[in-house]
Amino acid sequence: MEFFVQQIASGLTSGAIYACVALGLVMIYVSTDHINFAQGEMAMFATYLAWSMIDAGVPYWVAFGSTILVAFFSGLFIQRVILKPLETAPVLALVVCFIALLSIFNALAGMIWSFTIKQFPSPFPRVDIFGNGLVSAQQIGVVAVTLVMLAILTVFFRYTTLGLAMRAAAQNAASARLMGVRVSWMLALGWGLASGIGAIAGMLVAPIVFLDPNMMTGILVYGFAGALVGGIANPMGAVAGGFIVGVLENLVGSYIIGNELKLSFALIMVVGVLLLKPAGIFGRVIVRRV
Amino acid sequence: MAAILEVKGLSAWYGQSRALFDLDLTIEQGGVTALLGANGAGKTTSLRAICNMVRRTGTTILDGADISRKSTEDIVRLGVAHVPEGRGTFVGLSVEENLRLAFHIRRDRKAAERDIEKVFAYFPRLKERIHQQAGTLSGGEQQMLAVARALMLAPRLMLLDEPSFGLAPLIVQEIFRILRRINEDEKVSMLIVEQNAALALELADNVYLLETGKVVMSGPSAMVKDDETLRKAYLGY
Repeated sequence: MEFFVQQIASGLTSGAIYACVALGLVMIYVSTDHINFAQGEMAMFATYLAWSMIDAGVPYWVAFGSTILVAFFSGLFIQRVILKPLETAPVLALVVCFIALLSIFNALAGMIWSFTIKQFPSPFPRVDIFGNGLVSAQQIGVVAVTLVMLAILTVFFRYTTLGLAMRAAAQNAASARLMGVRVSWMLALGWGLASGIGAIAGMLVAPIVFLDPNMMTGILVYGFAGALVGGIANPMGAVAGGFIVGVLENLVGSYIIGNELKLSFALIMVVGVLLLKPAGIFGRVIVRRV
Repeated sequence: MAAILEVKGLSAWYGQSRALFDLDLTIEQGGVTALLGANGAGKTTSLRAICNMVRRTGTTILDGADISRKSTEDIVRLGVAHVPEGRGTFVGLSVEENLRLAFHIRRDRKAAERDIEKVFAYFPRLKERIHQQAGTLSGGEQQMLAVARALMLAPRLMLLDEPSFGLAPLIVQEIFRILRRINEDEKVSMLIVEQNAALALELADNVYLLETGKVVMSGPSAMVKDDETLRKAYLGY
């Protein structure tokens, strides 16, 4: 029983990180209909920035906050400079562009910080909170950061006019322009948010898996799985999907197929959901009267 | 009367094919101008060209200011509200969110809040459906929502693209009655594109007749209404 609870707790911790990655993917998907394959590497690069700051003696939370800001503006910049000229390009050109970004960030990180793994500090102590060896403060902290971020985003999209304008631009760009919304800036904002969320995911995962340029590769696959399981067009669903994938992956890994095959389980979930419920478990099909 | 919008030598293209040929239009301040013509005459294209939604040349002057090179968003922000063909409903947003979208560009928050109430007074049906997903509204209600959204922008000029399209006659009459009231009470000038010529002639003060991208006739609507040869030749009734 204790082992079971431990598995759930560590599943929720990795689930929180998958949820962040999934949320970043959803952010770009809903505003541009694209899947950003470079999401993981952008997060990794941002985490290295944070590492450099902390290494130079900047307090953890200051480094955390400024990394999110830098990542936000870099995402904005990437959309304006690289993707805006490709607005009317066919989707395959964009896929190539995302893959190029992925390898550029990967190579750049290796060049600047080398490919050897680095230890990344965690702001949360590894103490056992309830004194029974089941749940650590680190695990609670990771889950809490994810939930706070989700709450902030929900408020932003639901209750601010800027959030409303972003949703409108994603749904019907032509009509949004006729309401005075600067659609192309809304897309840039979506990229900025995705990049900032990615940075959070990177900084949360780095203390667990160690920092190296390839640390996000596997996590991105789980993030995809989370986004698809929950519904790629739905932020709440993606977060729930991330948690579901994290917990199931851990349980299936420890009880049924062993840790080596865990990643293939994520892919099985993706295929299963796409076959049975393509909009995702929490995906909502938008009703339209014609 | 002064002109709110002056269009000079407006031409537009879709890819290689030219859809408008040197259009000249004058839209009077506070009035309703109708743009009539058959399918493919260039009515919708004219509205799109005014808002810079298609490749175009020519000059458009709004209230003395040249807006020929401005982006669609900026033209809207200068007070031109375009109710597009197909209604442009944000199907996944609620009725209220469709209207509140205007708050994004409104600086006068208090007046904008009052405008929501005003819009609901014009369209009580929308108030009944305030929390409903806009995609589930009927065609007529979506058309009302499109006009209501445009009204929320507190426009000086409204461009209406076939507000009668695909709607039952009773609904069409209701919408045109409301448009008349909006024109009179809010002093919003209107440029309206219609297939339903009889209806548009009732509402409009001035009329332009288009044929294959050119103006073939223009004048006060009373004149067109009374001229049977003209009506038969161009409007088919």
